[in-house]
Amino acid sequence: MQNSAQDAGMDPGSTEFKRELLQALPSLRAFAVSLIGQHDKADDLVQEAIMKAWAKQDSFEMGTNIKAWLFTILRNEFYSQMRKRGREVQDSEGVFTNQLAVPPAQYGALDLQDFRKALEQLPADQREAIILIGASGFAYEEAAEICGCAVGTIKSRVSRARARLQELLGVNGQSDYGPDALSAPVTTRSFA
Amino acid sequence: MSEKGNLRPRGKQSSGEKHPGARDELGPNSEIGSKLRALYTSIQEETIPDRFLDLLEKLDRVERGQGCESTVPAME
Repeated sequence: MQNSAQDAGMDPGSTEFKRELLQALPSLRAFAVSLIGQHDKADDLVQEAIMKAWAKQDSFEMGTNIKAWLFTILRNEFYSQMRKRGREVQDSEGVFTNQLAVPPAQYGALDLQDFRKALEQLPADQREAIILIGASGFAYEEAAEICGCAVGTIKSRVSRARARLQELLGVNGQSDYGPDALSAPVTTRSFA
Repeated sequence: MSEKGNLRPRGKQSSGEKHPGARDELGPNSEIGSKLRALYTSIQEETIPDRFLDLLEKLDRVERGQGCESTVPAME
């Protein structure tokens, strides 16, 4: 069974929309998994998002940013599911995230797993902001559009998320990654 | 949501170059930024599950009117 997005995308019969969707799928999935923390739930969400996107593909303009469009759909779906479930909306308290048992092998270094746990302790709005900006490669303006809020809101969520992660992981703003101390002047808390 | 005009101050800027704010906070010298990207990339590089390829295949087939299956996934 061929299992590569590219090969599937090469299918001469497939529509352009499908090809674009396939191309964006890995990052859409990465967004979902890092947002939710569980592969199975995240994949369910991705599936929902694909079906929604497919159903309203007429509203997508070819040539515009399909990634942002898909992320918006997935995000809306995520929040509407959370609202339905009520309880899980409170995941900012880490109520259910603390019970997550993710096989370490799935994420490589143990290090990363710690990071992942810390990430899941953030409120969802901060988590999505830091993922969109720090990992998905969106500009603040794009992230603001995806989340339906002001640019300043995204910026402050990112800052709070970063500060909280530093706290949880016991790192300060200063990097362990080399001599460049100049890059973290604002965030460094002085321990001295 | 603020005015549309505010959302695109200087044209497209997402491709290629890093945005200044993010560079300071989450750039290559930020441990948090590096770990976040490492996590994200590890997921992104996973093989796409068959269920999605099958789903798209099915949707596409139905779209082109060749779907013998009447089982279009419910859109709700």
